[in-house]
Amino acid sequence: MAASNDNDIIIEVRDLVVKYGDRTVLDGINFQVRRGEIFVILGGSGCGKSTLLRNLVGLMRPYSGRILINGQDFTAMNDEERTDARKRMGMCFQGSALFGSMSVGDNVALPLREHTRLEESTIEIMTKIKLELVGLGGFGDFLPAELSGGMKKRAGLARAMAMDPEIIFYDEPSAGLDPIVAAGLDGLIRKMQHTFNLTSVVVTHEMESVKQIADTVCMLERGRIVGLGALEELRALDYPYVQQFFARRAQDESQIDSAEYLRSLTGLE
Amino acid sequence: MALELLSVEQDGQWVIRAKGEVDLYASPDLRAAILKAVSDPRGGVAVDLSQVEYMDSSGVATLVEGLKSAGQRKVSFSLLAPSQAVMKVLQLSRLDSVFDIRESL
Repeated sequence: MAASNDNDIIIEVRDLVVKYGDRTVLDGINFQVRRGEIFVILGGSGCGKSTLLRNLVGLMRPYSGRILINGQDFTAMNDEERTDARKRMGMCFQGSALFGSMSVGDNVALPLREHTRLEESTIEIMTKIKLELVGLGGFGDFLPAELSGGMKKRAGLARAMAMDPEIIFYDEPSAGLDPIVAAGLDGLIRKMQHTFNLTSVVVTHEMESVKQIADTVCMLERGRIVGLGALEELRALDYPYVQQFFARRAQDESQIDSAEYLRSLTGLE
Repeated sequence: MALELLSVEQDGQWVIRAKGEVDLYASPDLRAAILKAVSDPRGGVAVDLSQVEYMDSSGVATLVEGLKSAGQRKVSFSLLAPSQAVMKVLQLSRLDSVFDIRESL
């Protein structure tokens, strides 16, 4: 990675440890995200990538370690400060998380109505601009249930963009979409980056998406980073899990640790 | 940088000079200045955007509101010498062709 000065770093994660009870889910995570880049967190199911995302957006507090956003310690903020910091972040949830009883336009307008003193007439125009941006101009009066899966994702993106955030977090943006719609969404993520110099943090396990959008890839395995850098740098890593992931090879179930397996069945040490 | 606004009468029309950042928090002030000028327009209303360092979509929406309000009153409404930062968001929102954009009055 090229050398960066401090102003270029928008997110910094230092020695992050996250536990669920006694179980360590993330163990000593360290990385930096540069302003304006698309940073992809990649890994298989259960590797801890969604947990990492929840910590980055402040939905969970870590066991230890720090997350700095624009140089400020996000993990040390009180609730009010975190709410304030979150206004500069947008979140695209995996299932879009649109309110089903509200129109698409009202969903997009909601953060503006909740967090700003803008007049309703200004909010209405802003909402239309955001819907145009994601290709949903004219769909403001539709209910989420009347949209296709890809359109819902785009509506979710429009809502995430409502407050003109500095950073957008995406949780599995292409999950459940056909390849054409998924490619369209990848294009949209790139467009947002180019247009607004937006920083994007994308959690995914979709390799095609990674190829299209990633500037930097952070690969997780069992809660640890096993690769960090440009996609080509990761490809060149001589590390079995990374190679297995890129080659899409299934785990060999015959290679089990028999002692560990027995322990898991009986609880005997 | 906060937004500074100055409304002056020049060559028979209102010129609103904006300096600084037009964001979610400052846009209501720009809106108030524009709507006040449009309600007493003299020969027209122009918004000087040459010293605007940052504009988000709330600023763009505010300019659209000004254009709409001026249109309803049949008042001329123009943008003067938008900075690069402003032009970029206008272009991205595909609104650069909607406004009367001039280099000077």
